[in-house]
Amino acid sequence: MSRNFIPSRRDLLKSGGALVVSFSFFGRPAETLAQAAAAAKPVALTAVDTFLAIDAAGLVTVYSGKVDLGTGVCTALAQIVADELDVPFNRVEIVQGDTALTPDQGPTFGSLSIQVGGVQIRNAAALARSALLDLAAAQLGVKPEDLTVSAGTISGGGKTVSYGDLIGGKAFSLTVDHTKPPKTKDAKDFKIVGTSVPRVDIPDKVTGKFTYMHDFRVPGMLHGRVIRPPAIGATLQSVDQSSINGVVGVVKLVREGNFLGVVAENEWAAIKAAQQLKATWSSWEGLPEQDKLMEHVRSTKVAKDDVTGNVGNAAEAMSKDGVKKIAATYDFTIHTHGSIGPSCAIAEFKDGQLTSWSASQATHNLRKQLAKMFGLPLESVRCIYVEGSGCYGRNGHEDAAADAALLAKAVGRPVRVQWSRADEHGWDPKGPPTLIDLRAGLDASGTVTAWDSEFFMPQQTPNMFLVPLVAATLSGLPADETVAPGNVHQNSNIPYKFANINIVCHRLETTPFRPSWIRTPGRMQNTYANECFVDELAAAAGADPIDFRLKYLDPNDKRGIEVLNRVAALAKWDKRPSPKNGQKSGQSGDVLTGRGVSYCKYELVRTYIAAVAEVEVTRSTGDIHVTRFYVAHDCGQIVNPDGIRNQIEGNVIQTVSRTLKEELKFNRSTVTSLDWKSYPILTFPEVPEIVMDLIDRPAEKPWGVGEPSAAVVPSAISNAVFDATGVRLRSVPYTPDKVKKVLRGAA
Amino acid sequence: MAISKTLNVNSAQVATTVDDLEMPLLYVLRDNLGLHGPRFGCGLAQCGSCTVHIDGKAVQSCVIPLSSITENNKIVTLEGLGTADNLHPVQRAFIDEQALQCGYCTNGMIMEAAAFLAANRKPSEADIKKALAGNLCRCGSHARVVKAVQRAADLAQAR
Repeated sequence: MSRNFIPSRRDLLKSGGALVVSFSFFGRPAETLAQAAAAAKPVALTAVDTFLAIDAAGLVTVYSGKVDLGTGVCTALAQIVADELDVPFNRVEIVQGDTALTPDQGPTFGSLSIQVGGVQIRNAAALARSALLDLAAAQLGVKPEDLTVSAGTISGGGKTVSYGDLIGGKAFSLTVDHTKPPKTKDAKDFKIVGTSVPRVDIPDKVTGKFTYMHDFRVPGMLHGRVIRPPAIGATLQSVDQSSINGVVGVVKLVREGNFLGVVAENEWAAIKAAQQLKATWSSWEGLPEQDKLMEHVRSTKVAKDDVTGNVGNAAEAMSKDGVKKIAATYDFTIHTHGSIGPSCAIAEFKDGQLTSWSASQATHNLRKQLAKMFGLPLESVRCIYVEGSGCYGRNGHEDAAADAALLAKAVGRPVRVQWSRADEHGWDPKGPPTLIDLRAGLDASGTVTAWDSEFFMPQQTPNMFLVPLVAATLSGLPADETVAPGNVHQNSNIPYKFANINIVCHRLETTPFRPSWIRTPGRMQNTYANECFVDELAAAAGADPIDFRLKYLDPNDKRGIEVLNRVAALAKWDKRPSPKNGQKSGQSGDVLTGRGVSYCKYELVRTYIAAVAEVEVTRSTGDIHVTRFYVAHDCGQIVNPDGIRNQIEGNVIQTVSRTLKEELKFNRSTVTSLDWKSYPILTFPEVPEIVMDLIDRPAEKPWGVGEPSAAVVPSAISNAVFDATGVRLRSVPYTPDKVKKVLRGAA
Repeated sequence: MAISKTLNVNSAQVATTVDDLEMPLLYVLRDNLGLHGPRFGCGLAQCGSCTVHIDGKAVQSCVIPLSSITENNKIVTLEGLGTADNLHPVQRAFIDEQALQCGYCTNGMIMEAAAFLAANRKPSEADIKKALAGNLCRCGSHARVVKAVQRAADLAQAR
C-alpha cells in the first residue's frame, strides 16, 4: 500500500552514488533529521532523480512538492506513477512537501496538483521507464521494442530482469524538460489511471492510527501558546508576569515587540497561562464599520486598474438609441477558512539550523519567509509538511510555524504551537471582500450588444503569494508586505461573445483584513457576479437561461457547450424563462421552489463546469434550502473518478455553506466571530443532494478539480432563488434576515 | 504537585499524573496517553472532533474535566472502537464509502454514529442527519458520511 510518509526517523544513506531512503513511521517520535545527508537529494525540476527513486527491491519512492491537503491527491499521484512505470500501485510510496527532499513545484493551490505536479512527475516516470528499457535491452541482448513490462519486471527473448535489479539504489542521472515533455503512455494502455483506487490514507484515519500534524511530537518538545492583541493593530504596553506565577509547568513568557507567547512543559499549562496572563495593550480602531463594509471597499484608493476584457466599444454601444440598459451591483463578504483543526506547528533551532514541521501548503515559500524573518541563509532552514486538518488555501499553518519558531528560538528547545479556535477564526488571513458593478445593453431583439463591468478587489503585490507571517509582523522582525492576493482577477472576464465588452478590475491599495485565498479565490466571487448578471440579461430578454448562454458561447468551444447540455439533461431542465410563473412577483404560497443554472470555464482556459441548483425558499422565515445540486464536469483526463466526485461534493457543500451562512463579524478593533456559534457553517440537515455527470477524456490533459466546481455555486443558488421568487439576491451571504428584507422590498 | 489519576481507557486500567484535575479529558488522552483518535477542534463542545464514549455515551472530551471521571467510567476512543484487523461496522463503512476528505472530523463522526446506531438500529436518512447535526465537517464529506452510517446500520443488522 502506498502511504504518505510522516517524516519521522528518516535515515538517508548514500549507496552506489544515489540515495536509499528508509522510513519508519507511526512508531517513534521524530528525531532530528540528518540535514547534511538530506542536502544530497536533488530537488531541481529538471532532474528525473528529483521526482523518483527505485530501490533494490523495486519499491518506487515519489518525491512530490505538491502535498495532500486531505484531497486524496497522493493516491492519484501514486496511480499516475504506477501506471506510467508499469509497477503495482502498492509498490509506490510518496514523500511530500519537504524542502530538503522534494522539488519546489509551487504551493499546493489553484487546482494544479495533478495538472502541473502530476504531469511533471509523469514526465519523469516516462523517462525513467524508457531508460530502464534501454538498460534491460543491453543486459538481455534484446531490442527495446521487443521488451514488455509487467509489475516492474521487464521481459523479452525468454529472459526477464526487474527494475530493482537494473537500477536499485542508483541514480537515473537524466534530465527532464517539462516544456518539451517526453512521450507518455497512451490513454488506451492505462490500467490504474482512470480507476477509483481507494485512498491510501483512509484506513489509518478511521482507526486513529494516522499521525496528523496535531499528533506529531519531537523529543524534548515544549508546548507554546500565543496571546494575540485584543485589537489587530494594538501595541503591547505591559505584561504582568506574576499573573501566571500560579500555573505549574510554565517555562517562559516570551515577549518580542507586540508578539506575546508562553511556553510550558505541558499543553494544559500553556493553555492556562495564555488564558490567565494579564497584559495591557493600546486601543486601536482601524477597521471599517461592518455595516459600511462595501462603501469602504468602494472608496478605497485604487492602486492599479487591470483591464481583463476589451472587445469593441462597450460605452458607445450602450449609449446607442433604443438600447435597453440594465445595471446591477453584487457583493461578496469576507470569509474565514474554518479548518476544523486549528493551525499547529513545531519548530526546532539546533546548531544554527531551523527545522519547521507544519501543514503548510507551501513549504518552499515558508522556508523563504522563515529565513527572512530570522536572518538565516536559506540553506539553514528546512520546512517539512505533515498533513493537518483540511486546508482550503493559505490559512494559519504558516503563521503557527512562525509562532513556533519564535518561541523555540527563545527557549532553545523544540516548541509545538497549537492555535485555539479563537486564534484560528480571529487570525487566519481572510478571503477579502469583493464588490462588482455590472452594466449591459440589449437591442430591440433582446440581443446583448454591450457588457461593461468593474470589479473592486485587493491589489496583487510583487510578493503575490507570500502572506506576511503574523509573528514577524507583531515582533517587528523582517516580514513581507501586507497585501499579496495574486490571481484573484481570474474569471472576471467572461466566456460569452458579446459584441462589445469592457471589464476592469480596480486593484485596491488596502483591504480591511490581511488577505489570502480561500478555495476558488476571486474565481468564485467573479463568476458569481458574472453568472448572476448573465441570468438577469436572460430574464430581460425573456429567454431560457441555458439557451441564452448557449447563444453566446463560442460555437467552437464544444466542451463548454457539452457541459451545459449535459447538465440540462441531468437536471431534467424545465426549459422556459425565469421567474417560474412569468411574473415578477413570483409564485404564491409560503414555500417557493425554483431552479437556476450557472456555467464556468475555469480561468477561461481549463476545467468546464455547468451546474443547476434547485431551491426551496420559505417566504415567512427567509430560509433558503438547496435541495438538490447538479454538476456536469469536464476536467479532461480523470485519474481517480471517486476522488473527483469527493472533491466536487466538497466544493458544492462548502460553497453552499459560504453562500447561505458565512460572514466574518468584526468591530472597529478586531474579529468578533471567534467560534462556530458566531460563524456558523452548514450542518448535516442542510446539505443538498448532489448529482453529477463526470466527463472523462482519457486522451486529454488532466485539469484541476479541487476548485472549479465551487465557482458556480453562489450564482446557481441566486438564479434559482430568482426563479422561485422573482427577486434577485445580490449580496453573499443569503442569510434569512437579508432574504426577508429583499422579499419585503419586492412586495 | 503531580496528582495520580487512574482511568479505564479502551478496556485497560491506565495510571497517569496531572497537575490539574480541571484539565479536560481530551488532553490526558492525547498528551499523556498518546492517543490520536480524539482530536482538538474547538475546546468549546461546538464541533464534535474530540468525541469519545464514556459508558457508551458519546461525549465531547474537550469540556469534560478529569475531576468528573472515575476509574469506574469506561472510556472508549476511536482506537478502542475497532482496529484494522477488527473494524467496527462504522469504521468499515467509512472505508467502503470513502467517507472523508481530510478526516480531521472523522473521529467525531464515527464515535457519534457508533453510539447513535447502538440505540437506533434502523435509522432513516433524516434520523442520521439529525444525530450528526452537532458534528461539523469543513471539507464537505457529509453526503458520504450519511451513506456510510446507513451502510454501517445494514452491516450491523447482518452480523
